[in-house]
Amino acid sequence: MSDVERFENQPENCPGTQSENAGKVSACAKCPNQQLCSSGTLKGTNSGMHEIQERLKDVKHKILVLSGKGGVGKSTLTCLLSRAFSLKNAEEHVAVLDIDICGPSQPRILGVLGEQVHQSGSGWSPVYVEDNLSVMSIGFLLSNPDDAIIWRGPKKNGIIKQFLSEVDWGKLNYLLIDTPPGTSDEHLSVTTYLAKAGLTGAIIITTPEEVALLDVRKEIDFCRKVNVKILGVIENMSLFVCPNCKTESKIFSTSGVKQMCEDLKVPFLGSLPVDPLLAKCCDQGIDYLRERSNSPIVKALDKIIEGIEKQCTI
Amino acid sequence: MLETVKHVVLVLSGKGGVGKSTVSTQLALTFKEKGYRVGLLDIDLCGPSVPYLLQLEGKDVHQCPEGWVPVYTNPDKQLAVMSIGFLLNNRNASVVWRGPKKTAMIKQFLNDVVWGDLDILVIDTPPGTSDEHITVMENLKDVKCSGAVIVTTPQEVAIEDVRKEITFCKKTGIPILGIIENMSGFVCPTCSECSNIFSSGGGACLAELAKVPLLGTLPIDPTVGVLLGKACVIELPDSTSAKVFNDILLQLIDKLSIAAPSQPV
Repeated sequence: MSDVERFENQPENCPGTQSENAGKVSACAKCPNQQLCSSGTLKGTNSGMHEIQERLKDVKHKILVLSGKGGVGKSTLTCLLSRAFSLKNAEEHVAVLDIDICGPSQPRILGVLGEQVHQSGSGWSPVYVEDNLSVMSIGFLLSNPDDAIIWRGPKKNGIIKQFLSEVDWGKLNYLLIDTPPGTSDEHLSVTTYLAKAGLTGAIIITTPEEVALLDVRKEIDFCRKVNVKILGVIENMSLFVCPNCKTESKIFSTSGVKQMCEDLKVPFLGSLPVDPLLAKCCDQGIDYLRERSNSPIVKALDKIIEGIEKQCTI
Repeated sequence: MLETVKHVVLVLSGKGGVGKSTVSTQLALTFKEKGYRVGLLDIDLCGPSVPYLLQLEGKDVHQCPEGWVPVYTNPDKQLAVMSIGFLLNNRNASVVWRGPKKTAMIKQFLNDVVWGDLDILVIDTPPGTSDEHITVMENLKDVKCSGAVIVTTPQEVAIEDVRKEITFCKKTGIPILGIIENMSGFVCPTCSECSNIFSSGGGACLAELAKVPLLGTLPIDPTVGVLLGKACVIELPDSTSAKVFNDILLQLIDKLSIAAPSQPV
């Protein structure tokens, strides 16, 4: 599974097999697959979208967790939000889908490292963290933590499609999709595949510093280009309170997140402070919400959850 | 390709936001301050940070008969920089490209930039082990790629991804020069208490596990984050970060046997 994948015959400006121009542009002239593409048979794979639509018809809200920047807390927030939703209402089911193929973090953060995915007649069974919280990640399919997925785009797209069409989630209130950083294959694929099934929107995570905001603005631009509704922006790692003297430090320089939200007219959902214990809980897969139920992060999270619920109903 | 470049160093990490771009720019600036001729190539196409970090936003790349002229940080032309950021006319615009287009762009960066004589070329990469990395690795096969520096933060979640990057290097035959642990502790400016926000010791553990050297451990220092184009070793000479960067540089010079600068300062 970890062999280097080479597509030596694929032209560099291939329009993609699903494109209207598949097999028809100048780049296709020398491609060995030109006939196949221009015949339109490959577009038949569009039927995959129908399967996805069918599979996800009992999932009420499908939400992407995005950020142009890496390491801002997409996976941590996805985990916190899913746990908060599951804790809030024991009757409603929540699930997390991790589409970070090269760096899956959900198995560790949700405390289900080393679990296996089982196949049944109705599809792949996700791994259950709580009775009403399940997760699927490529991490469950790797036998060794050192195994690297060295894949180019098309193979990543293939597995994402499988995750969307073959996982047997059951009836869900929320499906949170954790993504890798950037605006490339994974992001385009997931938005395309979910176009018919209906994507509720995207939550964007950022840290306060300008370097992160720079990439996050690009992500907002991406959402607008592909017509994904932005449910709101969450600022992570905003302040650090010294456990010894209670001095507040801005580790990642001054914050322009609220200003950015105003400038770009997107809702601001809230800020979360830095807590070293949260990083520790993520490393060990412990439920932070139960561990530190009175922390400022949990309080901030409550408001964020309210904000998301409100945005989902608009 | 890259005939006039003596050494190439890739800055890699499986994880995002660990400080690849900060480390790349500071390494390049430290080499420059020591009198070397340096190039910095940013192949993070979806999130280029180098133009901002070096305060070169809005600068243009020019075309000459030999190819693309990189952007220089000063008239001495000691530090040459190339990034997709220079080719975008709006800093908020996203680059929504699938793999094949990214591959073509990186090939162009490697083939068409007129770097001139360089002692060292530092390549800053996006997180992951996908199109960008495979392309760079394949293209550098014919070039004497000197090796990779791996950046990580101390927590397990980051280490887990970085282990995959090490596997990538081993599989593809890129020599690993060493690991740099970033954001290892935050010293409170008021009471000097050190908090390990992202836990501690991960870099050393990883170095031992993967049997590669640990080049250095950088603390969380908000003053380094706002240096913007200035070298840490010059602006904050007494800081821990400056000492670590100086030390890393000496190790890299030794490991790669980089000759003394062509023009002494």
